[in-house]
Amino acid sequence: MNGKKLLPIFVAILVAVFVAPALHAQDWVRTGTNLGVQRIRIASARFKPLNNNAQTLSFQSIFDQVLYNDLKNAGIFDVVSPSMIPPETPGTPKEIHLDQWAAAPSNAAMVAFGNIAVDGGHVTVQGYLFDAKNPQTPQILGKQYSDDAGIENTRWIAHRFADEIIERVGGGINGICETHIYYVSNHSGNKEIWVMDYDGYNAHQITHLGTISLSPRVSPDNTRVAFSSLENHKGWVIRMWSLTLNRPVRFASPGGTSISPAWSSDGTKIAFSSSRTGDNEIYTTGPDGGDLHRITAFRGPDSSPTWNPKTNSQIAWVSGRTGLPQIYTMNADGSNVLRLTDGGYATSPSWSPNGQFLTFAWNRKYGPGAPGGQDIYIMDVASRHWVQLTHEQGANDSPSWAPDNRHIVFQRDNQIWSMLADGTDQQQLTHQGSNTMPNWSWK
Amino acid sequence: MFTTVRIRKNHTNRRALVLIAGLAAMLAIAGCHKKKVAPPPPPAPPPAAAAPTANITAQPDAINAGQSAVLTWSTTDANSAEIEGIGPVPTSGTRNVNPTESTTYTLTATGDGGSATATARVTVNAAAAPSAPTESNITEDVFHQNVKDVFYDYDSYSIRPDAQSVVQQDAAYLNQHPELKVVVGGYCDERGSTEYNLALGENRANAAKQALVADGVSPSRLRTVSYGKEKQFCTEHNESCWQQNRRADFTLDK
Repeated sequence: MNGKKLLPIFVAILVAVFVAPALHAQDWVRTGTNLGVQRIRIASARFKPLNNNAQTLSFQSIFDQVLYNDLKNAGIFDVVSPSMIPPETPGTPKEIHLDQWAAAPSNAAMVAFGNIAVDGGHVTVQGYLFDAKNPQTPQILGKQYSDDAGIENTRWIAHRFADEIIERVGGGINGICETHIYYVSNHSGNKEIWVMDYDGYNAHQITHLGTISLSPRVSPDNTRVAFSSLENHKGWVIRMWSLTLNRPVRFASPGGTSISPAWSSDGTKIAFSSSRTGDNEIYTTGPDGGDLHRITAFRGPDSSPTWNPKTNSQIAWVSGRTGLPQIYTMNADGSNVLRLTDGGYATSPSWSPNGQFLTFAWNRKYGPGAPGGQDIYIMDVASRHWVQLTHEQGANDSPSWAPDNRHIVFQRDNQIWSMLADGTDQQQLTHQGSNTMPNWSWK
Repeated sequence: MFTTVRIRKNHTNRRALVLIAGLAAMLAIAGCHKKKVAPPPPPAPPPAAAAPTANITAQPDAINAGQSAVLTWSTTDANSAEIEGIGPVPTSGTRNVNPTESTTYTLTATGDGGSATATARVTVNAAAAPSAPTESNITEDVFHQNVKDVFYDYDSYSIRPDAQSVVQQDAAYLNQHPELKVVVGGYCDERGSTEYNLALGENRANAAKQALVADGVSPSRLRTVSYGKEKQFCTEHNESCWQQNRRADFTLDK
């Protein structure tokens, strides 16, 4: 046997050695609200540029990319790969040959297509959605969008068109392409509150307080952000930031360490944790901090409340009353306390918009000398059945539901990721600095 | 709809192991037929140690006499660090200083790859009005020599038996100096949730406060602040470092 023959064998051994450990992994259970439902196969055509203006061509390629990504991210489509779509660029309904899109290899059930032009400082898009299996009356959607010419506006038009498609085809549930994610970033040197589009683009800084600001929670009408901030001589206070005025507005934070605010879905109440009596307990107030009610009374840390957004009559939160932190639920007046998690270290709950699930961070093997993984889980509140969504990748925390019930945003180590609520399609949204504590905006 | 799908992971691992064993055996046999064994390569020189870096800032960088500023420093690849005029310090950290005249603080980081320095200057503006007779002249350094930090067990805010005597000595000093007002800071290690650790840090600060109150210190002199895991005394990922970070500390409240 000579060296030339040995080389491929050696490579094979190396490959086997490195691949084998992955095969030892435990069985993972996948669950979610969409499994078992056939995904709709949709094709997104190249949009037709209506002139040869350089800006038109540049915006057309941005538009195509954003629309394609939005449809892929939606979680309800099987998006036809660009290499399998027919070689045509239909700009209008007259120009499309639907039979080609319905046939192999595209096999599309739906086709999104249209045209784009930049003219006179405006970008204009006409978008159509056709049912490829219904050649008699194929049109499902026909929309025209126009805005000042610009990359951000072009991205936004693609998001709006994608949301129209998702709402029309996805069982009437609004898409999330026009939503935002609020989070904490140290990009400017201090931990400040930032916001970005749902896909990680267009990040910008909201607060410039020069201290430590944490736990942003946007109001249901998307006009204010509640957060906690460390103030000289006061400690941690709840602050309220107006997104319309772009400045802080009044919130009467009680004394003591006040942290982790949470809006009720009707915008009339805020729940948070405060140590004004010396021990952190959960309180509720009006949106300006008035009408303070204490709703827990038990020795040990209590933090991170989240309202059931379906009813606003229940609150889930984290309590260390029995030792390691666990997830509990109670009625909004503090009655009927139930413990949901059975051990480990469970924190950071977020209640799903439909009221059915909690998502939270859980380290089931937590303890001194037992370095378990901190992963994202969801739990069906009624049955307490839970499912692990992240596995063996970093320390995961601060999950937050998207308004469509289908997506969750979370932090992994010091970056923000999103995924479908069954743990698939994990995508890293931020890359520079430390970006944590994401909060998905309301529709 | 709430459905569950069990995904069976590929169970070819045993086959892969047999394959590896077989291939490894073949490789071993092939090795025996080699005519000449190459001499072992000379031992590689030890990898060059990275040169340390140092960074220090003062906040604010201008104060009035009698006020304090906070030095914040960090280093990389350093085994030790020293601030001129203060002495040896952790390789990263923060410290209150209250210089009486403008002072330049020089941080020297020393590591296997050499040393690095960085400076921060605190400018002290002309002396304010002469201090009132009730005002304390105890410096932060003297205070820290007499009022020691309290350390906690993992996920706990109980004062440990070994901390009881520390708290009693702290209380005795504070009772001797009734003019001093104190901030009790609560700190947690890096593990776990940011929000829960802020609540736990508050419980730690409050437990230290209540212990001082039990030993006769007036609660009106004590203010608690939780730093959760936002400010770390030690940034390595091991138990000795985590223990350093699970504490309550005491600083003069100005």
